[in-house]
Amino acid sequence: MTEKNVVTAIRDTLLEEMRGDERIVVLGEDVGARGGVFRVTQGFLEEFGDRRVIDTPLAESGIVGVAIGMAMHGLLPVAEIQFADFIHPAFDQIVSEAARIRYRSNGDFGVPLVIRAPYGGGVHGALYHSQSIEAFYGHVPGLKVVAPATPADAAGLLRAAIRDPDPVLFLEHKKTYRLITGEVPDEPHQVPIGRADVKREGADLTVVAYGLMLHHCLEAAERLEREEGMSAEVVDVRTIAPLDRETILASVRKTGKAMVVYEDNRTYGAGAEIVATIAEEAMFDLDGPLVRVGGPDVPAMGFAAPLEHAFLPDPDRVYERMRELARF
Amino acid sequence: MATRVSPAAHEELGLSPDDLVRMYRIMVTARLCDEAAFRLNRQGKAPFVIPVSGHEGCQVGTAWAFRAGQDIWLPYYRDLAVVLVAGMTPYEVFLGIFAKADDPCSGGRQMPAHWGSRRLGIITGSSPIATQVPHAAGIAYAARYRREDAVVGCWFGDGATSEGDWHEGLNFAGIHRLPAVFICENNRYAISVPQSKQMAVEDVAVRAEGYGFPGVVVDGTDVLACYRAAREAVGRARAGEGPTLIECKTYRFHAHTSDDDDRTYRSREEVEEAKHRDPLLRFAAYLEEQGVLDGPGAERLRGEVRATVEEAIDRAWQAPDPDPATLGRHVFAEDDR
Repeated sequence: MTEKNVVTAIRDTLLEEMRGDERIVVLGEDVGARGGVFRVTQGFLEEFGDRRVIDTPLAESGIVGVAIGMAMHGLLPVAEIQFADFIHPAFDQIVSEAARIRYRSNGDFGVPLVIRAPYGGGVHGALYHSQSIEAFYGHVPGLKVVAPATPADAAGLLRAAIRDPDPVLFLEHKKTYRLITGEVPDEPHQVPIGRADVKREGADLTVVAYGLMLHHCLEAAERLEREEGMSAEVVDVRTIAPLDRETILASVRKTGKAMVVYEDNRTYGAGAEIVATIAEEAMFDLDGPLVRVGGPDVPAMGFAAPLEHAFLPDPDRVYERMRELARF
Repeated sequence: MATRVSPAAHEELGLSPDDLVRMYRIMVTARLCDEAAFRLNRQGKAPFVIPVSGHEGCQVGTAWAFRAGQDIWLPYYRDLAVVLVAGMTPYEVFLGIFAKADDPCSGGRQMPAHWGSRRLGIITGSSPIATQVPHAAGIAYAARYRREDAVVGCWFGDGATSEGDWHEGLNFAGIHRLPAVFICENNRYAISVPQSKQMAVEDVAVRAEGYGFPGVVVDGTDVLACYRAAREAVGRARAGEGPTLIECKTYRFHAHTSDDDDRTYRSREEVEEAKHRDPLLRFAAYLEEQGVLDGPGAERLRGEVRATVEEAIDRAWQAPDPDPATLGRHVFAEDDR
């Protein structure tokens, strides 16, 4: 095991995978000489050359579209969208093409593609460097959407995504990149896509989260234990789609209470699907109201720190709601 | 100004009389499939069909320059004759028109003419326009990366050239000098929108200059001129000299699809006038003049093709429908297969 932060775990995994498989290429804006604006591909150009590390024109639909072509012809492209906020021009290529190619060809073609996209707020990113985009894509069958929160999960899920025969949207929370550190196995491990993880066991309520919010929930859960003597079970979704309903439901059935925390706009967010799943499947196991904590339904967090803080759920806000539900 | 491709006799293009007859047979096959498909549509047996008539010359001419089984094809929905050159059969075409389980393109999932077949190297296509253009660039990149000598052919209409994906795909192909040939079948209308409202230039081909590779204009009703243009482009691509944009000036004789009514945007006179430049008539006249195929010979050939098409329709009509139980299959890879 080696202690790493999230961005290093991602970089090391991508590097190891590329060393082991010549079919892997990376492409995107500034991934070459610059090594990516978050330095995920730092040193890659020198090691692998410009055939495998491709600085593309500034054109997101083209990046994904070209990568789809590569994936249909024997390569394993890892496309980087510089910020998830800029992925929208590629929506058609992701949704109409990558996600549907296997289905529409009746299994004749597949698209083993990974699209990496740094997302999320808390980095003074304002409207266009802070967005959460998982709900747009989690809605699309044929596409896998993962959002790891820890270095070990980021490494294991990235490896699984690269080796997956289908398109995977790999969401990396920018705020966790250098903030969150943890032990990462030294051997090439995989974390299965579609499997949630209980990051903290508890008895009094279930809290479901992913990305940066997972860490806020863990922090709030510690405080709840310390101050109130009540234990929260914290489930890390890890994969937005396909959702691991079983792990979530098993936890809710155990604790009888559930809340979901996500930083995306509350309405129609990923948390809405999670809450709906619990309501449909575990209604009679509940002895408290279902709680959703999400970002407000405004277009974005602002650049000014007070506006950003007012948007993002923080550990204190999560704690208050947690305590309220635990006491219910 | 884009280069104009001039007509050529078949000998200077290295085509034998036998090649010419095979080319003509595919053009006739496409035309007769088209006529039959429209008839089936009007009979209520085919919910939706997309005509090819008028485009057979540019499709067969350009497609003929590629090697079936080795090169890669990214056709668009009007490219019936392209996929026939690539190796698809009328039976397979009608399996798609009737949305049968054995439709090689999609097993009856997609609308007809959304071509695809891994076996034939035809890349699966969709309905959003020009999405295949960046795919073509990516495939060409991968082919070169894997040291194959495959050339990628990518076909589209004039409307496609307005899409961002079209620009992004050609730009990427130009930057990397990829082994790809981009072929525009310019029939002057994107459904109803005339070229004058689609672009401010006379020739799509001039746009190639913006991507750093040649653009050529060719008479799309002249199958041999189209072959000449494509043969040179494929040769350049295979030699590592990069892409070419070929613009074939052509015309579609029918409405955009069986659901369109082109009387709302084109005069009958215009359509009738275009039919005087029917690529089939033009090629038949050439074949007769060259002593390759005389009138009765051509009639015999049409009779043979008609019988093949009718037999294909009967057989496809009898083929099984998709099983509703398969609705959930192939969302993701199936490990057990």
